[in-house]
Amino acid sequence: MTCPVTIRIQEDDFDIAREIAILTDSRTDIGAVVSFSGICRADEDSAKIAALTLEHYPGMAEEEIRRHADEAISRWPLNGVTVIHRVGRFMPGQNIVLVLTASQHRQAAFQAAEFLMDYLKTSAPFWKKEESATGTGWVEAHARDDEAAARWTKS
Amino acid sequence: MKVKYFAWVRERVGKAEETIEPPASVRTVEELIAWLSGQSEAYAYAFEKPKVIRTAIDHAHVKSDAAIAGAREIAFFPPMTGG
Repeated sequence: MTCPVTIRIQEDDFDIAREIAILTDSRTDIGAVVSFSGICRADEDSAKIAALTLEHYPGMAEEEIRRHADEAISRWPLNGVTVIHRVGRFMPGQNIVLVLTASQHRQAAFQAAEFLMDYLKTSAPFWKKEESATGTGWVEAHARDDEAAARWTKS
Repeated sequence: MKVKYFAWVRERVGKAEETIEPPASVRTVEELIAWLSGQSEAYAYAFEKPKVIRTAIDHAHVKSDAAIAGAREIAFFPPMTGG
């Protein structure tokens, strides 16, 4: 059974329905597709956000996502993985990230999507800068994201 | 070796990348950060809290005691906030 992996870092928006269609095209072994999309919020800890700018480390970002996609494939019986991360400047309501996981059954797809997102937040080299009424500043990493990623290393 | 800086580390250093030639006595990531910090106030400011700084050697995360020998590209950046 093959598990195609698609990893893209792009400025352009993505179309979730189209990406799912590409993942499931002419396959009958997939019984579950989980989709997670991360969207630019209008507030962070009660502060109003006007826009977010996403910066990344070209080369390493793709490789780091690939490493975690490979790990997800070794941990769960997956039939397809798509990760699209956008970079550039975003307004509230705009898409930032898409994770799709396909499997025969839902449990593997749900868990793998969560695993990929937890690692995307803590180890893929992307950084957010937010613009608000009071100025601009780099978003600080949250301990809760590290804790979320750490639970996957517990057996 | 080539060095890259991202996010606020890049802003504080004042450049995105450069080529450096540290002395042979600089063997680890930790020692490289200390050596860079001594080069100018901009580096000292960027690396004022060395424990916060994350490092990658040739596109893979490493710890501060990692050896830098043979590295083609070293990157310094703050904790990641993507996703």
